[in-house]
Amino acid sequence: MSRPEDNLPPDLFYNEKEARQYTTSSRIRNIQADMTHRALELLDLQEPSFILDIGCGSGLSGEILSGVEEDEGGPHTWVGMDISSSMLAQALERDVEGDMLLADIGQGVPFRAGSFDAAISISAIQWLCNAETSDVSPEGRLKRFFDGLYASLKRGGKAVCQFYPKNAQQRSLISNAAIKAGFGAGILEDDPETKSVKVYLVLSVGGGDVTGAVS
Amino acid sequence: MKLLTLNFLTCARKTCKSNAAAFPLHPKEAELEQVETDMNPLFIKNILPRLDWEAMKTLTTELGLPNLPAETPSDEELATDGEPSQTAKDLHTLLMETSIQSGKLVCGNCEHEYAVKEGIANFLLPSHMV
Ligand SMILES: [Zn+2]
Repeated sequence: MSRPEDNLPPDLFYNEKEARQYTTSSRIRNIQADMTHRALELLDLQEPSFILDIGCGSGLSGEILSGVEEDEGGPHTWVGMDISSSMLAQALERDVEGDMLLADIGQGVPFRAGSFDAAISISAIQWLCNAETSDVSPEGRLKRFFDGLYASLKRGGKAVCQFYPKNAQQRSLISNAAIKAGFGAGILEDDPETKSVKVYLVLSVGGGDVTGAVS
Repeated sequence: MKLLTLNFLTCARKTCKSNAAAFPLHPKEAELEQVETDMNPLFIKNILPRLDWEAMKTLTTELGLPNLPAETPSDEELATDGEPSQTAKDLHTLLMETSIQSGKLVCGNCEHEYAVKEGIANFLLPSHMV
């Protein structure tokens, strides 16, 4: 199976039909929900927090953030960024509670310093590695993104980015870009060496490796 | 776009990053919407120290909303007898329930206008502006 990000930029791949399929497929919803819960567990937020959802899509993760119970430290307030207007249209239709920006994370993160308690990203950041034109490189996009993300988080803030690296090289390209931006970084793998392996880049502002599992 | 979010949003252009005039963005031809939501007193308490109160005051003035107190309300002002105070309720209404449904957000430095439609701001920059 070819990977969508090999062929098309995400704003073209997720046209209206794809966006609808993505949001309504119950298999995708379940996987995405599981990964969001896992990311929340890794963030370990104790109080209602202000969270940036990177590549928020149709708001599937956001709904979970809004729905965290009081006795589990929620509910959280989130702002989402996504490059696909069809995905955001789906989110509007579903009446999600967070705010959303139509934006390309490879162009940066347009929030002032120390805005967010935490950030979450599900299946999005591998898209940063496909640069469509000759004047933008994957390295340049990764740098803009991680520099912006680092600045937008408060001190002690954390980010958990689940992603699908194409290969080992892309995986280290991404994690090295995060480290270069100043993050304490670790990679955590669930179900390693299986077909359903899940890779989480766990980042902290002003801390070392937070997972104890640097690869 | 909630007024809360606007208090954190800056111009996306690299050349504006370190320029004080790139924050806050200024609403233009803004249509406001009021949507009732459940109050989250702990969130208000957590976000309060991070608000840029001067920017909040500028924003309410520009939107023609009632004037805000001169200083950021203190923690103690958020509750009376363990219940959310009027101040907390007012902050909730302002930050969480008031949003810009359509219009533009203008950078005070480069004057770029970000369009807002159906509450979503378009921050995609043409490549020559990145
Ligand atoms: Zn600007």
